[in-house]
Formats: sequence, structure tokens, C-alpha cells
Amino acid sequence: MILDVHELDVHLSGLHILQGVSFGVAPSGVTALLGRNGAGKTTTMRALVGLNPGTGRVLFDGADLAGKRTHERVQAGLGYVPEDRCVFAGLTVTENLRLAARGETDLDLVYNLFPELLKRGQQQAGSLSGGQQQMLALGRVLQNRNRLLLVDEPTKGLAPKVVTEVAEALERVGATVPVLLVEQNLAVVRRLAGTAVVLAAGSVAWTGDATHLLGDAELTTSLLGVGR
Amino acid sequence: MRRWLPWGLALVLALLPFGQAFNAPGTLNLLALCLVFAGLAAGYDLLFGRTGLLSFGHALYFAIGAYLTVILMNHGFALPVAALLAILSGVVVAALLGAVALRVDGIAFSMVTLAFAQVGAIIVARDPGGLTGGEEGATIAKGMPDALVGVVNTVNLYWLALAYLVVVLVVLHRVGRSPAGRVLSAIRDDARRVGVLGLSPYRYKLMSFVLAGALAALGGTVYVLVVGGASPHLASSDLTLTLLVMVVLGGPGSRFGPALGGALFTFLDYQLTDYATDLPGPLAQPMFVLGVVFILAVYFFPGGLARIGVTLPGWLRRPARQEA
Amino acid sequence: MSTIVLLAVTGLGLAALYFLVASGLSLVFGLADVLNFAHGLFLSVGAYATWWAADFMPVEAAVLVGVAAGVATAVLVELILIRPLYRRTIEQVLVTVGLSLAGVALLQSVFGADPRPFPRPTWVEGVVPVFGARIPADRFLLIGAALLVFVALAAFLRYTRYGLIVRAGVENREMVTALGIDVRKAFTLVFAIGGAAAALAGSLAGIYFTTVSPGTGGSLLIFAFIVVVIGGMGSVPGSAVAAILVALLQQFVNYYGGSGAGDVCVVALLAVVLLWRPKGLAKA
Repeated sequence: MILDVHELDVHLSGLHILQGVSFGVAPSGVTALLGRNGAGKTTTMRALVGLNPGTGRVLFDGADLAGKRTHERVQAGLGYVPEDRCVFAGLTVTENLRLAARGETDLDLVYNLFPELLKRGQQQAGSLSGGQQQMLALGRVLQNRNRLLLVDEPTKGLAPKVVTEVAEALERVGATVPVLLVEQNLAVVRRLAGTAVVLAAGSVAWTGDATHLLGDAELTTSLLGVGR
Repeated sequence: MRRWLPWGLALVLALLPFGQAFNAPGTLNLLALCLVFAGLAAGYDLLFGRTGLLSFGHALYFAIGAYLTVILMNHGFALPVAALLAILSGVVVAALLGAVALRVDGIAFSMVTLAFAQVGAIIVARDPGGLTGGEEGATIAKGMPDALVGVVNTVNLYWLALAYLVVVLVVLHRVGRSPAGRVLSAIRDDARRVGVLGLSPYRYKLMSFVLAGALAALGGTVYVLVVGGASPHLASSDLTLTLLVMVVLGGPGSRFGPALGGALFTFLDYQLTDYATDLPGPLAQPMFVLGVVFILAVYFFPGGLARIGVTLPGWLRRPARQEA
Repeated sequence: MSTIVLLAVTGLGLAALYFLVASGLSLVFGLADVLNFAHGLFLSVGAYATWWAADFMPVEAAVLVGVAAGVATAVLVELILIRPLYRRTIEQVLVTVGLSLAGVALLQSVFGADPRPFPRPTWVEGVVPVFGARIPADRFLLIGAALLVFVALAAFLRYTRYGLIVRAGVENREMVTALGIDVRKAFTLVFAIGGAAAALAGSLAGIYFTTVSPGTGGSLLIFAFIVVVIGGMGSVPGSAVAAILVALLQQFVNYYGGSGAGDVCVVALLAVVLLWRPKGLAKA
């Protein structure tokens, strides 16, 4: 396991959001973190990268992350792509990339995945379309050497064509770096994920093979809700 | 039992002037001043501790109450009329300025209230029409009721100041227990949640702002009666900052903490001014000592005097702070 | 005509002081969420350090000593007092309030409460004729210094790595840390920059007003706050525009409308801007 989460607890403004979440992330391939809205997926991701205060044990490649601040976790090789992209609107595309660069970078990979970013280098990130912003958010992280990627809802609110593009990029990335992926689009999950971890009401409700989960309509409905 | 304790305390304070140690006019005057600032700090806490609004312009309403009372009395109005008009003016100004300032949140609100109050300080300093007396301040020249004049009647001023404090505390207590008061503390904890409930935080904040302004204006009236006049310091931003210091030292949001902080701060300020001049270097400056105490209190005694029973034993038990 | 030119140039000189104080405040607030009441103290420390050093060296060199003192004070305040209270915004404001009260009292005990005559370089004593108006040369010193600081700040923000971090941090501090950057180092840096600009403003204010007193910082600070709110917090160009607007309005109305009327007008301008654009001029 590249990441071992053991009994993770998070309290936010007086509410007990995560209640003893435990799971592992395989050292290769894509692990999907699933669950209904409000199950605690984003809270888990933020806690892993140190943006939410949490208690419990998180081992990253064997090293305990306790007491490590966010930037230290990222520098240790934990690449994080947040929900809602969070590109810096007032900075250009190039500046966004330059800001995020850590040590030796591979911009060729990024421009190869998303040629659009090269073309729009001098454009302010705030004036990009949603899809382009997502590409930038991914590119910012993918240019670095990461040992694990945390990617939170990369296809949220994107047009179907862009969803495919992003999924393709993640598939290529997933071949070399392990990924923990929060994703609502089950077609994307089916295409990418090996293992699935399902959260419900702040704890892990189910862990297993993603194909098995999505193949079982009844199980999918009971865990993830109707109409998916 | 607990219910009657505050009233018992008020009774003890009311009977204090009959004690030998306290009935010197100088002492009574200082104690009266302490009570006025206790009430003022408690009223300020309605904003800071109970609604979560950090206003840097509270001095404005205090100054309005103080200066208008003096000016109106000197223009021949009877004290009750002057006081009433002064307080009403405080309410109107608080409503107008609060309506604008509350359009912004958080720190921006603080800066805007500071700017608005600065206008008050400027007007007072410029002495329009010879009304405020500029640097010199304004003294009550006529219209003082006989019962409040002269050394023998200092005790009446003391009781007046005590009555003011009691009024402020009773009003705050009533507000705190009313449904509106619960909305205020909900706003302090999380304004968004109040919005979600379909209540407009803006209206409740404005209500709190106006009520606090009225209490401050009333405090200004009582202050000029106790002191005999108003000085430009009343309108300065430093006065608001001292109120903030009093509240934080006493314990924001607690029932009696702010009043205790106000009384204690005023007492120490005067005592230090009298006795500290012989001390070496900066220790001779009361504001240096109080400012440093304040900073230490923010670090080591969050919750102020009201929570010292919790924080002090905590410090004694573990000498070093744990990093969370 | 010559009165208008004199008022305009004097107003721009005042704008220079406001900008120097406000730009640091604005960056510190925009990046670190700290409303810094002690900023006026940095200004006073700079002024008094210059005043003290001018006994041993030319005024021009003494100003550098003042700036160094301002930077040192600002960095110490950030490291010792502000940093331990990271993310506790209200407590941070309270600490700076306590610091401003105690700091002014400390200055008073060391230098006395009365204004001290401030040393002036001889070359600012003359007057410069502009369009028939006789403008005291010190105005141009103020304007030139502020322009220099503005260009330097703009270059820093645009071309350096830390400038990039500051601009990004003003937008979304959390995301900067999530990219693996220790944003707190940038906090110390903006405090240092703010301290330097404020201390420079302190020396220039001393030259301009010809005296220095412990209260100098506080009185400039209030108008600097107004400039920051009008300009939009975290925006250096916003501060520059707002500083010019505020200072010119104040100067002209005080002259034509009577002393104090300009100050009141400035606050009215603040109210209008807030009603029209609550985030300030820079943020549409």
C-alpha cells in the first residue's frame, strides 16, 4: 500500500464528519473513493493533504504524516488536485504552472496531454473555460514527480467531450503514478478504477473491486444512490 | 440562589459609600468612573462578544451622548430633555452608519467603523461654532440638578453610575435570553447558518449595533455628569481600543467579564497614572503596562478573567504548550 | 491657477505617504488576513530611528537606518507575535492593537510626548516653480519616493518567485500551500516589505511635517485604512489609485471647504464606494 489510512477522524465546526475511516491505496493504478453527496469524500481528501485537521494514523509510503503541514506533505510527493479546480484567476496559465513547479519538472508531459495549455500560456487563468481550467489544475500537479495523486472530482461540471479528454489523461497518468480519485461519473470510474472504496455517513461502507461493484446494480444503488 | 447573587452584589455596591474606607469624594468619583466604564465595556461586548462584530468606532456613540448632553444643557435644556435627545441622536447615527458599515463583513467592517468614528473625532477637534471646545473640551456650565452638585453629593453620582451599569447588564441579560439574542450568538458562531435558516443576519446585526450605540450614548450622558464635562479623548479611536482591551481582559461574551474588565482597567489606569511616575522607563507609562498585560492575556488567558478559573490551572499543570 | 497647482502637488505628496503606508497594510491583509494596527508603530519606529541616526550621519543615510529599523520591527512582530496565532484572525488583530497602545507609550517614555524637530536634507528646502506656482521641493521628494516604491513593488510582484506566491496567496492562500509552498515564509516577507515602506513613510512624514511625535503613525494609519478599503484589499495598484483619490479630495476640500471638511468628505467617499462596490475599486 502506498497510502494507509487508519481510523481517520475529522471534526469541522462542531460536527463529527469523518468517523474512523480506514482504507488503503494500492501502489499502482487508480483507486476510486466513492459515496453519495455529503458522505465525506472531499473531507477525506482534504484531511489527507492536511487541509482539514484530523486525528488517526495516515502512513504515506510507510512514513507517518502526523504533524506534517500541507506543504510538507505535498513536497513529500503527494500531488493534490482539489475539487472546483482552484486555479489562480489573476495569474496567467504559465504563471500557474511555474508557481506549482517543484524541483525537476516535466512540462513536456503536460503540454503533450493538454496542448491547449501551451497555446494559451499568456492568457489569464480566470478567462479559461471550465474544461481548460481543469486541465491547468491537473497540469500544475502532473508536471512534478509525485508518488501519489489525490484527484477530487476532476470531471465535475464539464462537457462530455472534455470529460473524455480528462479521463484519457488520467488513464495515462495512472499507468505510472498511483491515483486516489473521487469521482461521481461512474462511466469514468468504470474506465479507470481497479479498486473502489465507498464512504457512507463518514465511514467506509464497502471496499473491493470496482468492476464488481459497478456490475452489481443492486449494490451500486444501495451504496451510491439511485439513478447512477 | 444564583439568581439573586447579582442583585446581592449590586446591593453591596450600592451600600459601599456608607463604608468608611470608600466615602471620600475622590474615591467615590474614581469608583463611579469605574462603574461607567464597566457599563460601557459591557455594552461594547454586545457587539464584540455576543454578535461577533469587531467595531472600532464605538467611541463615536459614547462621544455623541457625552458632547450633546453638555452642549444641550449649556443651551438651556433641562437634563432629562438633553439626555433624551443625546441618546436619540446616538440611536439615529448608529442606525444610519450601521446600515452602511454592515454591508461589508469581518475586518472591512472594522475599518469602516473606524473611519466613521474618525469623523466624530474630527468634528470634536475642529470645534464647530465653539460648541465642542476643541482641544479644551466642553464643561457643563449650567443646568446641573442640585442633587448632583458639590462634594457632598458625589455619592449621588456614584449611585447614578451604578444604576447605569445595572441598566446595561439587565438589558444585555434580557437580550441574551430572548429569541433575538440566540440569533445573535448564532451569527457570531456562523453567519452563513443563520442565513440558511431564512433569517437575515443583516437585520439582527443592525439591531445589535443600534442597541449598543444607544447604551454607549447613555453612558456618555452619565459620564459627563460624573466628570462634569467632555474631552476630545472620548471621541478618539484609542477609546474604542481601550474598550476592546477591557472586554478581552474581562472575557468576551461572558455575563460579567466585560464589566469586570472595564472597572478593573479604569481603576488600574488611574492608579498607575498616580503612582507609576516614579517607576523607571516605560513602566511609568500606564498604557505600556496595560498594553503588555493585554498582549500576554490574549496569548495565555483566552477568555479573560471570566475563564481564568479554567485557563490558569491549565497553565500550572502543563508548563509547555503542545503543538496541535 | 497657481493655488490649484500647489494644492494638487501637495495632495500628491500626501498621497505618496498614504500609498507607502497603505500598500504594506494591503498586502499584509490580502495575504495573511491580518489587520495590522501595529503598522503605525512601524512608521513611528522608522521616523524615530532616522531622527536618532541623523546625529551621526547625513539625513539620506539616516533614512536607510530608519527603514532597516522598520523592517527589523516588522519581522520580529510577525515571527514572535503574529505567527503563533496563525489563522486566529481576531486574536491577531487584538495583539496588534495591544502592540500599538504599548508601542506608542514606549516611544513616549523614550523620546517624550512632545513633537521633536525632524532633520531635513538641505536640498528639499528650496521651492520649484511649476506653472507659476512655487512648490516646496519636499513634495517632489515624497512623490518620487512613492513612485520608486510603486515600481519596485510592481516588479517584485510580477517578476519574482515570491511575488508570484504573494499574488497567488492573496487570491487563495490555502491552494498555495496545497501546491507544496510554505506560504508563511511569504507572510514574513510581506511584513518586512510593509515595515520598510511604512518606515520610509515615517521618515518622509517627518521631513514633510518637519516634526515627529509618537502619535504620527496613528493619525496616518486611519487614512491608510480608508485607502486600503477603497482600493481593494491586497491590491497594490488599487492602493495607489485610492491614495491619490483620497489625498486630492482631502487637500482640495480642506482648502476650499474649511479645515476638516476634506477629512469628512474622505469618509463620505468611503461610504459611497462601499455602497457601490463593497470589495473596493480593484475588485469588480
